[in-house]
Amino acid sequence: MASLKEVKSKINGVKKTKQITKAMNMVAASKLRGAQTAMESFHPYAEKFAEVLGNIAGKAGDEVSPLLIPREEVKNVHIVLLTSDRGLCGGFNTNLIEKAEAFMEEKANAGVNVSFTNFGKKGRDWCRREKLTRVDEYLNVVGAKFGFNTASTSAQKLIDAFLSGEYDEVHVVYSRFMSMASQPPVVQQLLPIPVIESVEGTEEAVEEEKGYLPEHICEPSPDALLNTMLPRNVYVQLYNALLETSTSEHAARMKAMDNATKACDDMIESLTLAYNKARQAAITMELMDIVGGAEALRG
Amino acid sequence: MAENIQLEIVTPEKYVVSEATQIVMAPGTLGEFGVLSGHTPFLTSLQVGKVRYRDTKGDEHLIFVSGGFAEALPDKVTILAESAERLENIDYERAKAAYERAQQRLAGDKEDVDFARARAAMQRALTRMNIVQGGGSTH
Repeated sequence: MASLKEVKSKINGVKKTKQITKAMNMVAASKLRGAQTAMESFHPYAEKFAEVLGNIAGKAGDEVSPLLIPREEVKNVHIVLLTSDRGLCGGFNTNLIEKAEAFMEEKANAGVNVSFTNFGKKGRDWCRREKLTRVDEYLNVVGAKFGFNTASTSAQKLIDAFLSGEYDEVHVVYSRFMSMASQPPVVQQLLPIPVIESVEGTEEAVEEEKGYLPEHICEPSPDALLNTMLPRNVYVQLYNALLETSTSEHAARMKAMDNATKACDDMIESLTLAYNKARQAAITMELMDIVGGAEALRG
Repeated sequence: MAENIQLEIVTPEKYVVSEATQIVMAPGTLGEFGVLSGHTPFLTSLQVGKVRYRDTKGDEHLIFVSGGFAEALPDKVTILAESAERLENIDYERAKAAYERAQQRLAGDKEDVDFARARAAMQRALTRMNIVQGGGSTH
């Protein structure tokens, strides 16, 4: 039987753990609010940008920019893997890494070279362990405060490498923030820019476009405008992916910590039960001793 | 006085301006242009520079934009910029520091200097400084 002292110290230990998980939960909750606000403030820009881009893409020629043209032969694929820097967030990083791994194998089976850019320590460590080709790494971005310039600087690097022929395709693996309960990992093609992205797909947008499309004056030409907008579109997509992944990380951590706190509660309950039982048993034993002693004396 | 036109300046991080104005002047890549209410639908890219607008009371405001796009519609001008700051919010010391950094990078003879980027950074810093200085004297 576990001694009283042992059980007691175990209960204390679990209580301390609970305090930590609870604190982490609250920290994640407040960071989540920040991340969500950042996501919301980005929406007006992203929407307007998509609208304007769809607008111009409709007017400009099909093959104005090398960023739009798929390569005939795809030899080098680059994956931008977004993960968090820190653990303790449930299956968040595992899910992302599995997604990236599946995608990488699919490409590798087709005989394509795959290289990586890592955002976040977890993904970097995985790439190191698996001895994959790593080109770039950015730490302290996902889950922390970052500005649009972070996304644009790294996206520009990707674009340059794409244009110089180092990569034939660039994809980003990130966590989409659907809701507090669901943050599925997704793969999105960044380069060449998918056609659907540049012509707004939703019906409303199409209608709206038709509404004023013919009258728009473009300065300089639509082609030139599109050319300056396309790289920015990549920045926008990457920034969006970063924002969503950050928000997802905090949501995942919040949930993981909530579960851990609950598990602590359960454990404390069962340990307290064991403690009480042990205490009872000790008292009974003592009583038996006293009674036994008294009996012996009387006899 | 003509009707007012709505001006919206949006960056990826926040709404910088969203208000009714009498006139908006913006630095297009092909030259500065002004927009009044009832403008033909118009789309242009912007250079680094300042956007000026006059609010409904007739007060003039200056805003730094680091390039981007502007879409003018008859009743609304939307400016999409990567960064934008109101005159009051420009950090002069920071711009000055950025300017000096860029200058050093351009002056140095290291080979790995990204000239285009350094030059762009320098221009942004310079424009910010000019806005602060110019803005201070006209008011």
